[in-house]
Amino acid sequence: MTAMSDLTASQRLQAFANPARFMALSDRLLPACAVVTCLLLAAGLYLSLFVSPADYQQGETVRIMYIHVPSAWLAMFGYMVMAGASAVALVFRHPLADIAAKSAAPIGAAFTFLALVTGSLWGRPMWGTWWVWDARLTSMLILFFLYLGYMALWATIEEPVRAGRAAAVLALVGSINVPIIHYSVVWWNTLHQPASVFRIDGPAIASSMLMPLGVMALGFTLFFVTLLLVRMRAEIFRRRVRVLRLARTER
Amino acid sequence: MMRAFHMLVARDTRLAIRVGGGAGMAVFFFLTVVSIVPLGIGPNLKLLASIAPGMLWVALLLSALLTLDRLFQADYEDGSLDLLMTGALPLEFVAAAKAFSHWLTTGLPLVVAAPLLGLLLNLDTEDFGPLVLAMLVGTPALSFLGGIGAALTVSIRRGGLLASLLVIPFYIPVLIFGVGAAGGGGVSAVPGAGGQSLLLLGAVSLVSLVLGPVASAAALRANLR
Repeated sequence: MTAMSDLTASQRLQAFANPARFMALSDRLLPACAVVTCLLLAAGLYLSLFVSPADYQQGETVRIMYIHVPSAWLAMFGYMVMAGASAVALVFRHPLADIAAKSAAPIGAAFTFLALVTGSLWGRPMWGTWWVWDARLTSMLILFFLYLGYMALWATIEEPVRAGRAAAVLALVGSINVPIIHYSVVWWNTLHQPASVFRIDGPAIASSMLMPLGVMALGFTLFFVTLLLVRMRAEIFRRRVRVLRLARTER
Repeated sequence: MMRAFHMLVARDTRLAIRVGGGAGMAVFFFLTVVSIVPLGIGPNLKLLASIAPGMLWVALLLSALLTLDRLFQADYEDGSLDLLMTGALPLEFVAAAKAFSHWLTTGLPLVVAAPLLGLLLNLDTEDFGPLVLAMLVGTPALSFLGGIGAALTVSIRRGGLLASLLVIPFYIPVLIFGVGAAGGGGVSAVPGAGGQSLLLLGAVSLVSLVLGPVASAAALRANLR
């Protein structure tokens, strides 16, 4: 292996395009990622469930936030990963980017779903209803639909390369549209709902709550990375199996 | 190049008008959706009048979605899409021409039909102007954004349903600003919001005019390698 410093940036990018090298690298990275994720999540859960104080207005329900907020972050982070990987796949024809985009989608969708469910669970005692057509809820729901559409497109087109290109176009169009959709929903919401939903966001989050939130966010992000690596490896194996199967039927 | 563009628009428009199941079908669907709304909600005229702009927009959206698979599917199946791809006209322009003729044969008839259907929903007569204006501004976005969905699913048999699923999230801004500009949804509480909605709707339409053909062309290339 040549020294990495001798290569140009694009050559370095190409070096990681080799799936075999990715497999070797991810094989070494994965256990470390998993262990750190577990430690961080355990610490974060302990901090948020036992150490942090209950909110004086929201009571114990505030603890849902330690799950809800990182989930919502990762829902958006997942889409960014997906769109970024799609752009790389479309422009540089980087084979791993294709796989990364495909693998990120279900994880992002799961976090979006988690954010919606935890938000709903929090909303029941706080707002008195499971669902409100609040701007954030609505745009999260639409984000969920975008994820589902992306996954449906991958599932329906059989040939991986063709499906990858089409899905990448969809992800990029979506990434342009997400801000427009979000803004339009905010606009719609201010027209329809005159401040019926009161927001309890104090002047600033107390540090006793910020600390567990930070740990949880970090843990969730690493959890995302771990899952992404696992899914990417599975996808590479799946494609190998597919190629082998095709080769066998041709024989 | 402009000549080729015009030729393509004329060809697609003629095809859509002469071949059955085209524009007339979308308008008919529009009519049926609007007429089942009172059956579901009840004949309360006051309630119907208040939901009329929103219902008309939703029904318009559904009718536009229904016709999306006509956009590229037939040309894909008989091979003329391959010819168009190898032709001198850039694929972006092909996509734009097809979306434009889709608007001429679907969007425009639906807009013309909308005030008549507004009568069925007891829409206030002074709201007709804003509604038609908003629909005129908004419907091109439906065709051009819908083109993306149609192009993405062109190689899938019976891709119409999937195309609808993919496209509906992109239609949401059109729906929101469209209803706002048409005077629905308690806009009277915010003075001047209708005009702002109309401007924003125009902006969405203009963006889709650029985004639609570029993305559709990329999707077609991905599907027709």
